[in-house]
Amino acid sequence: MTLAGPDPGFRLVDRFEQGLDAPICLTWELTYACNLACVHCLSSSGRRDPHELSTDECKALIDEFERMQIFYVNIGGGEPTIRSDFWELVDYATAHRVGVKFSTNGSRITDGVAARLAASDYVDVQLSLDGATAEVNDAVRGVGSFATAVTAMERLAAAGFAGFKISVVVTRHNVGQLDAFKSLADRYGAQLRLTRLRPAGRGADVWDELHPTAVQQRQLYDWLVARGEDVLTGDSFFHLSAFGDALPGLNLCGAGRVVCLVDPVGDVYACPFAIHDEFLAGNVRTPGGFTSVWRESALFAELRAPQGEGACTSCGHYDACRGGCMAAKFFTGLPLDGPDPECVLGHGENALDARGDVKAPRPSPDHSSRPRRVAVALTPSHRPDRRCDESPLAGAGAALRAE
Amino acid sequence: MTTTTTAPGYDPARPWALHPQVSLRPESFGALAYHFGTRRLSFLKSRTLLAVVESLADQPSGLEACRAAGVAPEELAAYEQALGTLAATGMICERAA
Ligand code: SF4
Ligand code: SF4
Repeated sequence: MTLAGPDPGFRLVDRFEQGLDAPICLTWELTYACNLACVHCLSSSGRRDPHELSTDECKALIDEFERMQIFYVNIGGGEPTIRSDFWELVDYATAHRVGVKFSTNGSRITDGVAARLAASDYVDVQLSLDGATAEVNDAVRGVGSFATAVTAMERLAAAGFAGFKISVVVTRHNVGQLDAFKSLADRYGAQLRLTRLRPAGRGADVWDELHPTAVQQRQLYDWLVARGEDVLTGDSFFHLSAFGDALPGLNLCGAGRVVCLVDPVGDVYACPFAIHDEFLAGNVRTPGGFTSVWRESALFAELRAPQGEGACTSCGHYDACRGGCMAAKFFTGLPLDGPDPECVLGHGENALDARGDVKAPRPSPDHSSRPRRVAVALTPSHRPDRRCDESPLAGAGAALRAE
Repeated sequence: MTTTTTAPGYDPARPWALHPQVSLRPESFGALAYHFGTRRLSFLKSRTLLAVVESLADQPSGLEACRAAGVAPEELAAYEQALGTLAATGMICERAA
């Protein structure tokens, strides 16, 4: 067979490992202000930061995104719609062909807003839910929040917005409701998005009690294999691939390679779940702006360099699992070159037990602890190649679709 | 993720174009293509495929676009397969001749 393209050994994930000219999945937290207080909030949201980027600074950043051809940004927070210039920024972005996907708790989706959202190709909406029933959801997100989200879904569906997202962080309490979440999404013509509970932000405090048990991880994997076809998962569950076949989605840690976060004051982190000085690459307010942070920061160069894989080296599942999520390891106090805390072989649990009383790093803005970066071995990994793709078109991206 | 079947919809003899809602971003390995309507991302994993896709609108047919971009005869089948997938996912569409 002839292989099209200059490089017959081409694997997308190798290219991703080396980083791209611009991120694929850029999360922009517009504000930390929020009207809810979810226990696992990844950004420890609540109050607004007085140094938030101004409207003009936000627009300049959008101009930069346009120049870098960043197709869309994921806007979160906080509750982004709380910013008084939110719609102005959305309009500005879409006028510059930068799509906007924003996460909301639904409280501000009026009929008018729903109609406006439905009218634009460049806007996508993600409603956050933590339970498929009020009982489970409201225990986490507050009384009445389930009803609020359902009302928002009704409004979006009535306005003709097809394919908005219902986003669920999978926990010990809702992992039994996956079918119910799927039905809920189907009922409103929405798409279900399941993500992993990562020990970031306030999630760090509750991760031990809320993350799915080993048995539940297996259930989750089986469910995704059986029913996950049109369920979005991004890079959430590639560590579960070690149970069997690789799941669809991005099967590597994209932090600083294809993923990054811009926070309300313009700080650029390697990943929305790695908000800590250790993963701070720079600030968009410095000369050169976001572009030079993305392309030239020392931290991102390091993340894109070949990584040794430490304790996972000898694991037969490494090609699919790659040692799992960097942020999950970091915030549980595990070495970055070792197994994921939820390693399906149980190595993570053993490592967690072995931590003893060592305190795990605290997410920013608590900068009180600055643990040393875990030394990363410099041996490049030489993994046996999978069968080469034949087509010059690599997997049309269900991989990252709408992530 | 089917990249191995040629969509029945792709006819190399017809004139094609990039869908107006699709943006291309060149990368060292080829390009990313994003469709704002379907919110779908695809990866063109060779620079040649990028050249083909970019030139579709100026060429009388898909086949001519491949030839003009320097696709060798033995590579043609793979490129047509790729174009078939792009057609099936709405990334490229037929245009009036
Ligand atoms: S650190 Fe975890 S959440 Fe962040 S990009 Fe890597 S795998 Fe994804
Ligand atoms: S040992 Fe490492 S690579 Fe193997 S399954 Fe566990 S985390 Fe994944």
